[in-house]
Amino acid sequence: METVTITMKNPPALYLEADNVTPDGFAGKTAAQIAELSVHEGNTTSTLGKYFEISGNAGATAADTKIVVKGDVKKVKYLGMKMSAGEMVIEGSADLYVGAWMTGGKLLAKGNVEAFAATAMKGGELIVEGNAGNYLGAAYRGDWRGMSGGKILVKGNAGSDIGMYMTGGEIVVNGNVDVHVMTHAEGGKTIIKGNTKSKLGGQLVDGTIIVFGTIETMLPGYKPNGEVELEVDGVKALFAHYIGDMGERHKKKKGAIVYGNLYKKI
Amino acid sequence: MTKTITDVICPFCGTLCDDIEVLVSDDGKQLLEVNNACVIGSEKFLHSQAKDRVTKPRMRQEDGSWKDVSYDEAADYTAAMLAKAKKPLMYGWSSTNCEAQSVGNEIAEISRACVDNTAAVCHGTTLIAVQDIGLPTCTLGEVKNRADRVIFWGCNPAHAHPRHMSRYSIFPRGFFTGKGQMSRKMVVVDPRVTDTAKMADAHLQVEQGKDYELLNALRVAFRGEWLPDVVAGIPKEKIREAADLMKSGRFVIIFFGMGVTQSLSKNHNIDIAIAVTKDLNEYTKCSIMPMRGHYNVTGSGEVFAWQFGFPYSIDLSRGFARYNPGETSSIDLLARSEIDAMFTIGSDPGAHFPISAVKPIANMPSVCIDPHMTPTSGVSKLHVPVAFNGVETGGNCYRMDNVPIDCRKVVEPPAGMLTDEQFLVMVRDRLKKLKGVA
Repeated sequence: METVTITMKNPPALYLEADNVTPDGFAGKTAAQIAELSVHEGNTTSTLGKYFEISGNAGATAADTKIVVKGDVKKVKYLGMKMSAGEMVIEGSADLYVGAWMTGGKLLAKGNVEAFAATAMKGGELIVEGNAGNYLGAAYRGDWRGMSGGKILVKGNAGSDIGMYMTGGEIVVNGNVDVHVMTHAEGGKTIIKGNTKSKLGGQLVDGTIIVFGTIETMLPGYKPNGEVELEVDGVKALFAHYIGDMGERHKKKKGAIVYGNLYKKI
Repeated sequence: MTKTITDVICPFCGTLCDDIEVLVSDDGKQLLEVNNACVIGSEKFLHSQAKDRVTKPRMRQEDGSWKDVSYDEAADYTAAMLAKAKKPLMYGWSSTNCEAQSVGNEIAEISRACVDNTAAVCHGTTLIAVQDIGLPTCTLGEVKNRADRVIFWGCNPAHAHPRHMSRYSIFPRGFFTGKGQMSRKMVVVDPRVTDTAKMADAHLQVEQGKDYELLNALRVAFRGEWLPDVVAGIPKEKIREAADLMKSGRFVIIFFGMGVTQSLSKNHNIDIAIAVTKDLNEYTKCSIMPMRGHYNVTGSGEVFAWQFGFPYSIDLSRGFARYNPGETSSIDLLARSEIDAMFTIGSDPGAHFPISAVKPIANMPSVCIDPHMTPTSGVSKLHVPVAFNGVETGGNCYRMDNVPIDCRKVVEPPAGMLTDEQFLVMVRDRLKKLKGVA
């Protein structure tokens, strides 16, 4: 695997849209060719080389390419957008849309990521060592298809609206989350190791939410359904089980209604 | 001698009352009296007669004082600012007519700006929900003639839309609502005992920020499922009662306002309220309608959607329209320092945005087009006063139920003053030259 390192040297005055910074965008290119890739600052288009110092050539394919992003990229959007294979490491914190629409590969952000990370993610793995913003793994505005596959791990906290319209895949948040988890979801699983606020699983058709910490306010649409012992992420514990959202439509399987599941560690 | 002009449209709130009578001097230069309008509407008309009104564009000087400039100089500055900026924001639009909005959109497209209207801090969340889940709605005429269950959720029309209840929702005797108020049941959902709540047959005093829970509980109650004893501070018996009251109506209308669109859960509150509306249509007829604020904020959304495909918070910087409130919405753009020039028209972000979003305006090239002196004109580099739309110039406006109504000119503006549209055309033509667009 070949490694390309890009280092921020001229930070943008406004924000930079760098949707070409992906293993797919770099694949088969030399450092000089990568420097010619386009980036956008407001309504002006220029080259990646104007802002970043680029070293190393990319592999022949995305799968053979690893990108390391260094320097202050707090004002850079779309890092790793639509990546399908390969690896990417963001050494610091990044702005919006990290790994949005990604379909494969591995993306590691060592700092925080802002909102809309892993929007409509289909596959691959996103690991955030810091905190994630709002709308993690959610659908793009107006779309009804959120995250449908792959895995997200956030080691810090996450914001509100995570997993909105989720249909598959898994989100794990080691810290706390803000309001609205898996709103409108039709599948997938979210595990929250920390505490939650309210409105978990609102209008949820199908899917699973597992909470290890507290839930500030339960939605009335979740009906108590006894206790179960589950093994989650290697931890075996007793969970209170709720089914819902009882106000929302649900699918039927073999004549029985399939409800969403909410488990809270006792 | 004076003359009375009848059937005048009131350019204040989204109710867009069309029965105002205005008394003007014989030469049509002075507006003397306003009848039928609410107190806010009357003031809007009478404001145009203020003696201390700014009638010439003013440019902020180094020492902080204002210097009068001509409209030509003002248009030059505005066009140059928009031509130079990498990402200008053009915000407002809700207190001007659709014709001016359309010229504004041409300017936005040429300068590849971000464009947004006051929905960003108002009913924008409604528009997000509508895109997510749809909108079963109707016109105010249908409400007047048919509605026998009227629900006001997080809104206070007694103060914000003073003539709404008398013209459309509660008091009028319509075709199927011949007994007026007697033929309707009124439900108010509000954490406070507002003047609207005091009139209601039932007041659900929901806990602050728990509207989503209450709406969820209503959906559960419609289906007759299990409910916890208390939801959002309201006992389950009362929720089931309210659900039955709604189900028993022949025509239910839900009006909602800032209390749900800009409190915790925002678009989700509307999303689930629309779901409640859909659910009710299993049992009876039900519609839902946002209580739009500015008289033409609805029109701005219509013009944006017609020309760019999205109703607000549009980013044209890459040459095509993108829409993602949270990123492309005005407060986020300002607070995150994503923009480098600010153009305001027909709105007052200085008074309504959080201070973290107002401060950046003072530090960048900025233009405020507004007949009044406002906090926004106070922080802008250039203030361009214009004629009052709906008073000194006519034009197309949209009522809160998406019905287009033409405003009327009733009085002459002070000599030499331009309308929004006239000034925007000057800016557009200059910008075309600067950008080399034919």
